[in-house]
Amino acid sequence: MGAFQPVLLWTDVALLGLLAGGIAAGVLQRGDALRRAAWQRMLARPGATVSLVVLAFYLGVGMLDSVHFRRALPASADGGVHYAARVESVLDVLLAPLLENPEKTYSAPLATHAFVKDNIERDGGVVGRDFPRLNHGGAHLGVGGDGRGGDIAVRLAGGAAAGLAVAFALAAGLRRLRGGGAAAGGQGLSRAARAGWLGFLVLAVVIGAVTALAAGYHVFGTDKVGQDVLYLTLKSVRTALIIGLLTTVVTLPIAIALGITAGYLGGWVDDLIQYIYTVINSIPGVLLIAAAVLMMQVVIETHPDWFATAAERADARLLALCVILGMTSWTGLCRLLRAETLKLRELEYVQAARAFGVGTALILRRHVLPNLMHIVLIALVMDFSALVLAEAVLSYVGIGVDPSTISFGTMINAARMELARDPAVWWSLAAAFVVMFVLVLAANLLADAVREAFDPRAA
Amino acid sequence: MFAYLVRRVVYAVPILIGVNLLTFLLFFVVNTPDDIARMQLGVKRVTPEAIDNWKRERGYHLPRFVNMREQGSRRITETIFFQKSARMFAFDFGASDDGRDIAREIGQRMGPSLAIAVPTFILGLFAAVCFSLLLVFFRASRLDVAGVVLCVAMMSISSLFYIIFGQWLVAKVWQLVPISGYVGGLSSWPFLVLPVVIGVFAGLGASARWYRTLFLEEIGRDYVRTARAKGVSERVVLFRHVLKNAMIPILTGVVVVIPLLFMGSLLIESFFGIPGLGSYTIEAIQAQDFAVVRSMVFIGSLLYIVGLVLTDISYTVVDPRVRLE
Repeated sequence: MGAFQPVLLWTDVALLGLLAGGIAAGVLQRGDALRRAAWQRMLARPGATVSLVVLAFYLGVGMLDSVHFRRALPASADGGVHYAARVESVLDVLLAPLLENPEKTYSAPLATHAFVKDNIERDGGVVGRDFPRLNHGGAHLGVGGDGRGGDIAVRLAGGAAAGLAVAFALAAGLRRLRGGGAAAGGQGLSRAARAGWLGFLVLAVVIGAVTALAAGYHVFGTDKVGQDVLYLTLKSVRTALIIGLLTTVVTLPIAIALGITAGYLGGWVDDLIQYIYTVINSIPGVLLIAAAVLMMQVVIETHPDWFATAAERADARLLALCVILGMTSWTGLCRLLRAETLKLRELEYVQAARAFGVGTALILRRHVLPNLMHIVLIALVMDFSALVLAEAVLSYVGIGVDPSTISFGTMINAARMELARDPAVWWSLAAAFVVMFVLVLAANLLADAVREAFDPRAA
Repeated sequence: MFAYLVRRVVYAVPILIGVNLLTFLLFFVVNTPDDIARMQLGVKRVTPEAIDNWKRERGYHLPRFVNMREQGSRRITETIFFQKSARMFAFDFGASDDGRDIAREIGQRMGPSLAIAVPTFILGLFAAVCFSLLLVFFRASRLDVAGVVLCVAMMSISSLFYIIFGQWLVAKVWQLVPISGYVGGLSSWPFLVLPVVIGVFAGLGASARWYRTLFLEEIGRDYVRTARAKGVSERVVLFRHVLKNAMIPILTGVVVVIPLLFMGSLLIESFFGIPGLGSYTIEAIQAQDFAVVRSMVFIGSLLYIVGLVLTDISYTVVDPRVRLE
């Protein structure tokens, strides 16, 4: 019994399992020359390397936010150790300075004073109405907040320089580790590797500058209840990753199993599977998801005793949303796999295997499935960006994640009326949209690269 | 052709039955009407009488499949399944949970939905085809690369951004159009311009990029090379030959959504206060009005099946080689 109690939420398990599975799949396929060639073809595209760097950053943030624990409370009278009800993640600890000094309400990015006027009290009496001084924003500047411009410039430059230094140190360490292959300054690197390196440098500069600024200011401002918007956007990343990744984990087994069986066996099995997916396909997606989510809500509402903490409840809802999205979106991939299996079934090597008396299960596993993997991989990366975008829309409609879960959708939903204010509060929306845009753009670029590298028809 | 249509309609019946069973399963088997009543009335402090009342008011007090208390055919008809699900085949949707007639509501709200959806669809198709033709005309040039990058960037922007930002910029900052609302009739056009423009923009990136690949696929065909060899100008090749042939795959993707235009757009209608079916659906979802959601699921799948049949027919119209047997 230490000062912490680790907490494993279901989505943590799933996300960590997924990462382990991905690494394992990569290690297992190391020997496959054809597939390695395809990966190398993909990595030769500048768009792919840059988006991989960006996605790795997002994945890192999401992973830090997926290690949860509860702090021990001060020892109680009976001598036992109790833990706080609040579930924290490693990311929360790293961002602690942003959490410790919440403001009262809106404040603009990098501001020292609040955005709306309030009564100023001094020595017990109300002095007048003015913009109150922020608790965290520029707190080191003193009461008046003078010298803000200079301070920001110094922090910006210092942070960027520190970021660059760390990036170069990392690169130097990596080069020494690999035995000093490439020359300094990026010479001798391919165009794609240079693009990736450049992307890494830009990322390092941005992270450095934002970190330096965040120590003294609210970089993206604060929202209506005074929460730091930078904190909210970083927390949203995990939700987006979970929706984008876990949903495909639900989709893949169903789509692969049904698609292959329908295509290979044919006959009444094929008719039945086609019937099922036509039925699901014919219901407009949002409505089917809405119906399923509404029903899931009823289950959760009527069984409050299932969940120990609010975090577990929100987590169960997030997981259920992934399952629902997966159950409603496997039809497209299933149809593709069925069509491809129909073609593969007639090829000579499959016919030969059948003539030799190889069992159906073995044929499917050894001869059919490997030749479908490129379709699966392409669908996986292409669906990711669509799902991240869908989460925002679903949360707006009210059938997305739990309102207490921080996500791009809940952020946008909470801030949707802010532009109508006068003067407009733009930073929450802008931060959510920009961070989401970068994630989706990187995923889309990666999807393009994967498709061109793995699709035999595109070559 | 006629025999084909009849067969398609007959095929549609089991699919609709499947949809009906699936929704019934979701709404009445996953949770019993008691669960739903308990949630609607608030989970704590709820009496059995209140639940009974709630169920009786809405007709959920009947047994689910077979009513043993009744005689003859009423054993089947006096059940939730028959009253709530089977009657949808006769377009009898009953009343929503707040007591209004769903069929009448749908009839009233169809007009505003179409007033947004039809112009958005036509202009969106036109803009996407024009933009992709432009990129294809200047293919493999810097303009083409920039255009594709623009398409990918536009695809990566959330549709919520187009709506929120567009509404703020055009209606609030520039004050060109009213922020939201609808009056009905021809005089409502100022309310419709902005939603339509935003709808076109939001869909442009994905469809333009897709059409571009279709056009490029077509441009590599032999007949295009023959036409060029005969000295036909690039413009005529593109507009007369490539466009016509590429319309076939474009139509497949597009015709299927035409009937679904009736359903309206969830987001745009809700942001712009258009009293259409999209905002009706959103309000029903947010108020957890299960009767309305069930009806909309049924109508949506019916329209989707109509769209599939229309797609087949459109093949024969644009491509004389296709015969429906």
